[in-house]
Amino acid sequence: MAHAVLFEFLHAEMVAELGAGDTDPGPGVSAGPLGEEAGAGQKRSLSILEGIGFRVGRALGERLPRETLAFREELDALKFLCKDLWVAVFQKQMDGLCTNHQGTYVLQDNSFPLLIPMALGLQYLEEAPKFLAFTCGLLRGTLRTLGFESLVTSSMATLPACKFQVVIPKS
Amino acid sequence: MSRPAHRRPEYHKINKDLFVLTYGALVAQLCKDYEKDEDVNKYLDKMGYGIGTRLVEDFLARSCVGRCHSYSEITDIIAQVAFKMYLGITPSVTCNNSNRNEFSLILDKNPLVEFVEELPAGRSSLCYCNLLCGIIRGALEMVHLAADVTFLQDRLKGDSVTEIGITFLKKLDEKKYRRKK
Repeated sequence: MAHAVLFEFLHAEMVAELGAGDTDPGPGVSAGPLGEEAGAGQKRSLSILEGIGFRVGRALGERLPRETLAFREELDALKFLCKDLWVAVFQKQMDGLCTNHQGTYVLQDNSFPLLIPMALGLQYLEEAPKFLAFTCGLLRGTLRTLGFESLVTSSMATLPACKFQVVIPKS
Repeated sequence: MSRPAHRRPEYHKINKDLFVLTYGALVAQLCKDYEKDEDVNKYLDKMGYGIGTRLVEDFLARSCVGRCHSYSEITDIIAQVAFKMYLGITPSVTCNNSNRNEFSLILDKNPLVEFVEELPAGRSSLCYCNLLCGIIRGALEMVHLAADVTFLQDRLKGDSVTEIGITFLKKLDEKKYRRKK
């Protein structure tokens, strides 16, 4: 679908430009020697990408069809993310969902579309967090719209498979 | 099995919204990072250029465009095929000079600004959709055509229409662009 392609291109360009915090002095990052400043630049880049994803997630959350406006159960909200959100955004469902029933959920995608272009070489493994930051924000933003505060992180072992860890703190 | 979920019409809209919303959030972020409108405009153009250089391959693979014999034909294809394919709109095309190397795309509808009513305060020179100019410029360059692409008019700035101007800079030589096999 051409619209999906446009988003993928925009996302890749955002990662390349906004995610270049360690080498290129992008917006708001001052150039400096490698080391601490590079690390701080990288963190800021990931935070910017995550922030953009969060904004989009909140807006998207309001547009998704919902039978029940308020999910009382956390698990229902997570299932919603894995099915409805993932299908609407990535044209596929999440491949797995695990939980410890105490507020921690692990969402597994064995073939995450935004990582597929990178799946050709392991040398890109260290770049992968930049490609997942936006989506972490997207999940966090959608959950916020559904009424849940969360912390979302990501990890990957073999491209293009990745995991999103969602932690919903107990109030 | 019931009809696949992703074919439901509301999901198609979500997908379109995803691009438009992401773009809006990107512009908002750039406005935070750059004080001057010109800097945001330049950055959007630069990002668009990067996208355009790769999007053109995607476009050529999906479309059935044949050999082009003139700048006019190329501009028609941009308006009637490319814009239609990626944004669902068909800008009208006018030629602005007798040399037939300056053209305008008039956008009646613009999906990129669907959720934007007006420019943010203090951002009167912001070319909100400048990504589009960069995309067109980058795509053309990949098929060996140099062009200046800018917004000539912008509804968000109070003009009556949104108009993108394309000025082709070099003569079209034997290396016409053709569909990739």
